[in-house]
Amino acid sequence: MVASTTPRPGARRASGSPEGGPPRSGGGPGRVAALIPVRLRRLGLPYLLILPAIVLELLIHVVPMLVGIWMSFLKLTQFFIRNWSAAPSAGLANYEIAVDFDSAVGGSLLRSFTVTVAFTVLAVGLCWLLGTAAAVLMQGGFRGRGVLRTLFLTPYALPAYAGVITWSFMFQRDSGLVNHILVEQSGLLDERPFWLIGGNSFAALLVTYVWRVWPFAFLVLMAGVQNISGDLYEASAIDGAGWWRQLRSITLPMLRPVNQVVVLVLFLWTFNDFNTPYVLFGRSAPQEADLISIHIYQSSFVTWNFGSGAAMSVLLLLFLLLVTAVYLVATSHRRTRA
Amino acid sequence: MREPRWLPWARWIVLGFLSLFTLLPLYVMATTSIKPLGDVQGDFHWIPTTISLQPFADIWRTVPLAHYFANSLIVASVAAVASVTIAIFAAYAISRYRFPGRRIFSVTVLSTQMFPGILFLLPLFMIFVNLGNTIGVELYGSRTGLIITYLTFSLPFSIWMLVGYFDSIPTALDEAAQVDGSGPVGALLRVVIPAAMPGIVAVTIYAFMTAWAEVLFASVMTDESTRTLAVGLQGYSTQNDVYWNQLMAASLVVSVPVVAGFLLLQRYLVQGLTAGAVK
Amino acid sequence: MRIRKLATTAMAGFLLLAASACGGDGGSGDGSTAQSGAPKTLTYWASNQGPSLEADQEILKPELDRFKKETGIEVKVEVVPWADLLNRILAATTSGQGPDVLNIGNTWSASLQATGAFVPFDDALLGKLGGKERFLGPSLAATGAQGQPPAAIPIYGMTYGLMYNKKMFADAGIDGPPKTWDELIESGKKLTKDGKWGLAVEGASVTENAHHAFIFGQQHGADPFDASGKPQFDSDKQVAATKQFLDLMAVHKIVNPSNAEYGNGTQAVQDFTSGKAGMLMWQSIASSAKAAGMGEDEYGVAPIPLPDPAQGGKQVNGMVAGINLAIFKSSKNQDAAVEFAKFMTSKQTQQNLNKAYGSLPTVNDGYDDPAFQTEHIKAFQQILATTAAPLPQVPEESQYETLVGTAMNELFADVASGKPVTDAQIKAKLTEANEKMLAGS
Repeated sequence: MVASTTPRPGARRASGSPEGGPPRSGGGPGRVAALIPVRLRRLGLPYLLILPAIVLELLIHVVPMLVGIWMSFLKLTQFFIRNWSAAPSAGLANYEIAVDFDSAVGGSLLRSFTVTVAFTVLAVGLCWLLGTAAAVLMQGGFRGRGVLRTLFLTPYALPAYAGVITWSFMFQRDSGLVNHILVEQSGLLDERPFWLIGGNSFAALLVTYVWRVWPFAFLVLMAGVQNISGDLYEASAIDGAGWWRQLRSITLPMLRPVNQVVVLVLFLWTFNDFNTPYVLFGRSAPQEADLISIHIYQSSFVTWNFGSGAAMSVLLLLFLLLVTAVYLVATSHRRTRA
Repeated sequence: MREPRWLPWARWIVLGFLSLFTLLPLYVMATTSIKPLGDVQGDFHWIPTTISLQPFADIWRTVPLAHYFANSLIVASVAAVASVTIAIFAAYAISRYRFPGRRIFSVTVLSTQMFPGILFLLPLFMIFVNLGNTIGVELYGSRTGLIITYLTFSLPFSIWMLVGYFDSIPTALDEAAQVDGSGPVGALLRVVIPAAMPGIVAVTIYAFMTAWAEVLFASVMTDESTRTLAVGLQGYSTQNDVYWNQLMAASLVVSVPVVAGFLLLQRYLVQGLTAGAVK
Repeated sequence: MRIRKLATTAMAGFLLLAASACGGDGGSGDGSTAQSGAPKTLTYWASNQGPSLEADQEILKPELDRFKKETGIEVKVEVVPWADLLNRILAATTSGQGPDVLNIGNTWSASLQATGAFVPFDDALLGKLGGKERFLGPSLAATGAQGQPPAAIPIYGMTYGLMYNKKMFADAGIDGPPKTWDELIESGKKLTKDGKWGLAVEGASVTENAHHAFIFGQQHGADPFDASGKPQFDSDKQVAATKQFLDLMAVHKIVNPSNAEYGNGTQAVQDFTSGKAGMLMWQSIASSAKAAGMGEDEYGVAPIPLPDPAQGGKQVNGMVAGINLAIFKSSKNQDAAVEFAKFMTSKQTQQNLNKAYGSLPTVNDGYDDPAFQTEHIKAFQQILATTAAPLPQVPEESQYETLVGTAMNELFADVASGKPVTDAQIKAKLTEANEKMLAGS
């Protein structure tokens, strides 16, 4: 996210700014009586508009989430999976085990959390950087733009399983392409490194993930770039602004609302990513690439300890809520100030 | 726009690198799909020593690929269209109106993305079974159940992203439309949606891909007749063998229509405000 | 206006949906496909035993047709991939909506038994299938906790054996398969040359690693759980057993370090069938070998060698592997389900299916078919019937496999990257697994 103090160009209204009510037309004192039903309708309209979303989210996400929170206070093992209401209460025991970082369970949870944070920071940074670079560089018209755009979006069009399994194929120690290039063809390394186990597995996971997800950042940012009015560039060109200044004073500020969302989306996705490590490494990820989602799966689903897994998930939820809140406050503050 | 002299160079270096990065696995897929299985398992070669189109014939026999493909296409398309429609309404409300509960709604919707999917899998499954029994609609194992699930998966981000796009459209445009006599919904349909088309297309693609790629829920909530590609492709990896060549061939075959769809949608991606929404 | 109307209608629909969501509670126990009056239909989840899901369908079809002809009951079969099977069973158990009959990996028996979701096969029920005595003892022992009626009945029997490449053995001047651990190492060293290796292992497979840890642990006299059911994964005997296995790669260097990343359950077999490795400790590889063009006479099957008997362990050469068949309690077609269980354990079906899958019949009367008199099958049968031990039949078995298997994965990764792996490190890993087990119970 790029901060800028340049006044926002154009006639945009900032989201969340106090003056931004519904686009009202007229409403003088003489017409008050006639306006009441309309105003009432207008008052209800936004609720009507968000109602379908509310109902569906309640049903599919919020209710199961509440059930999940309830689970975290139960001693829910295979003995009670058929009848959850019979499961004895665990009180805070599930949480105590998870945050006791000296114990085996808490210790490995903490380690997995650290790995996930590092992975998320790097992956989100790279995806955003690549996406922005490509979107901005492809802004001007040039030959082959359409071809490149399609090519860049192709990893996103492949079913996740196919893309990731291909990388795991390429990362094989003996017959993979990566070692073929690094060892046999370029001679950069003498010894064939492992990619799917041990320390390098983190890098393998990162490369695979960025390959799969950066097209999403590119897609969304490209659409954002296209939404910027050409008039702005023309006006600033008349003022003598060069490419670099236009990027800083028009493109990036105008992308800010989109950027705010993209970074947040990428952050939450990456933090909770399950598919990539699951397909890349199989049932158990190496310690160095043990993302939190797969860790919780391993320590709850596979081992039938659902209460403990739920507690870990709730802790994760709290952490993500906190980060998101801080992030939203920070970025929105910047938006209002700008 | 005056471009600095280094820009074309920078452009080709960056885009060239990204092309290589993107292409490498695609190249591996393409060449692997035309190798006999024995060659695939051996050392890597850039150029296949033996070319065989047999995998492209075998893929239909090893798993019912066409059937899975149809399932995926139906589920992902319906989920994407429904999700984006619902998201447009919600995003318009958030972008253009200030009403009590607006912030809470946005944040709650977002927070649903913070809970690991693996954990609400079981509660959701229970809800579906109970709901299905109550209203007599089979949700578990059906495409409907999967569609509803996926549409809510993409909904939060769709709303947030659309709010971002809608915010970047000047309210002056809505107001102009209202002066012309359209209500708020008319302004949404006639002005905001066309102006935000690139964003809407991007979000549609996102919603489609979310449903297209999802593995975990599909693996539990589908049966043989409703299984989607994301799960079905795993059928090439069996107890005895991983049929790499068929897996790659099948991945390519099912991706072609999706890439073609992307190509078709591209012209909407480059049509924005510049295309003449400002009159 | 039109839009608004549309939206209102849609919303009314959603509300209806939501309202009914609140009404439908406590629906466990029903579900499944019962259509009274209509011809009976059973739903059956089969596990993936053959080369592909489609191949399984083809193998099962004639048998299911025969069942329909005999009983009039139609069976709707779905072959569930292994990656999904446990999740599907969990979901079915939780909601009560599942198939009537299903296959489970036999090592899951006790864990799933604890959920109470399956119909117990008590003596009366077993009687309908011809009685306890019909079944192969070890296979029947891997069907649930001791002292409780089986939660499932065995249908396909398997165990571990040592596969060896006859030609590679002859070329290296080795007379026959190794009988002791020292001979195994010695043979392995002779075989390891020119890019070929003595033994292939699946070092990143949780399941394979857990099975091997168990087998070698038993050979050293280590039991994963004590008599009271307390985990003791990190006993000195288990550490010694684990070290002995890891040393094949670390010290004796008869296993290709690359094997440490093998995890999809096919790569070690491929190394063996393609002649990259001379030995393999595995369950039946008949169909993989066939697919790879390796003839039955090109390899032999022997019991997995034992370490020096002075170690005080048991003579265990394998674990009781295989597939069991279970009936869901929530099934509304109990009678038909029992009928199907009877059919699947009948002599004819046992012979047909086990022949097709290269597995062993789990009923004693199934062996009179000449197909089960081949050298390989006889070797496997001998191991299964006499020196195979079932994995601990405790509800925590899944945890045990996951925790110990994962610890082994990590140890193999360390060995492969050249780090020295000492007794203390092995002990530390196993202790960690043990602690996690204790924290979860």
